[in-house]
Amino acid sequence: MQKNKLAAAAKAAFPHTIPILTGFLVLGIAYGIYMKALGFSPLVPILISIFVFAGSMQFVAGSVLTAAFAPVSTFLLTLMVNARHMFYGISMLEKYRDLGKKKFPTIFWMCDESFSINVSAEVPEGIDKGWFYFFVSLLDYSYWVTGTILGAILGQFIPFDTTGVDFAMTALFIVILVGQWEKEKSHISTLGGLGISLVCLVIFGADNFIVASMVGIVLFLTLLRRPIERRLEA
Amino acid sequence: MTNTQIVLTVAIIMAATMLTRFISFLVFPAGKETPAFIQYLGKVLPAAAMAMLVIYCFKGVDITSGNHGAPELIAGVAVALMHKWKHSMLLSIGGGTVFYLVLIHLVF
Repeated sequence: MQKNKLAAAAKAAFPHTIPILTGFLVLGIAYGIYMKALGFSPLVPILISIFVFAGSMQFVAGSVLTAAFAPVSTFLLTLMVNARHMFYGISMLEKYRDLGKKKFPTIFWMCDESFSINVSAEVPEGIDKGWFYFFVSLLDYSYWVTGTILGAILGQFIPFDTTGVDFAMTALFIVILVGQWEKEKSHISTLGGLGISLVCLVIFGADNFIVASMVGIVLFLTLLRRPIERRLEA
Repeated sequence: MTNTQIVLTVAIIMAATMLTRFISFLVFPAGKETPAFIQYLGKVLPAAAMAMLVIYCFKGVDITSGNHGAPELIAGVAVALMHKWKHSMLLSIGGGTVFYLVLIHLVF
């Protein structure tokens, strides 16, 4: 009985994750190759994908790991880059409340993609909702880890000079920024983020500008709360 | 970095990432209203954070010497235009990276 319930939930979850399958495999492969290009052994990206599982931050981690050891700044940077998870969490409080033993892994695997599926999917009649959320999250996670393993292995056999392959991270973030720009009602936050970070980069330099930028951005958004909220509601 | 520092850095990134995933479930019990300011930040902070990441990618560019960051800027603009035009993540990232490689290995 229990087994049937699991199989049914997995079967219902899988079709929802197919678009993620291709995206994560390709990006995971790119990540494995990227980390190889930065000079890491294949084990490093694979372990990071298993234990961190946060696409954007993992690319940033590659860059952080090639710089000087900076624990506090790394911690704050990670919080900022992954801050959106907190808000996904807020949206999923009710849905993930009664997951029991599945709660820890389902929240550990919460990412942009599993969130967007689980927050919007109509779970079919007769399918256990908890197991559905669990399998969507597990499948997305397994695509990412599989892609990374493939990329880490492929990276070993790339015969050409890989200098510059790390531009893939820049391209990824620009693509996300463009997509976000086209969707947002107000560009104030995006423009503020760009401007403040750029000014902080010029003033504080490459190694120290992140913390200053984060403080500046939160201050900026706090001060401009009224006008921004007015535009969001318009 | 030494190997110990690499392990520590990954552990810090893992801990901070887990914190962002779990904190809402720990701080805001289900059924209770989330503070308005937190909800507001939830809506607007992700956009600014992504903008900051784009600037972060250009932090190593030296505009005062060498080729003054021309390949990075040209390829960056190309990626943005390509994505506005075709909206294909794969094409924009893959094509943009290949274009950048051509720029730094063959042109500049």
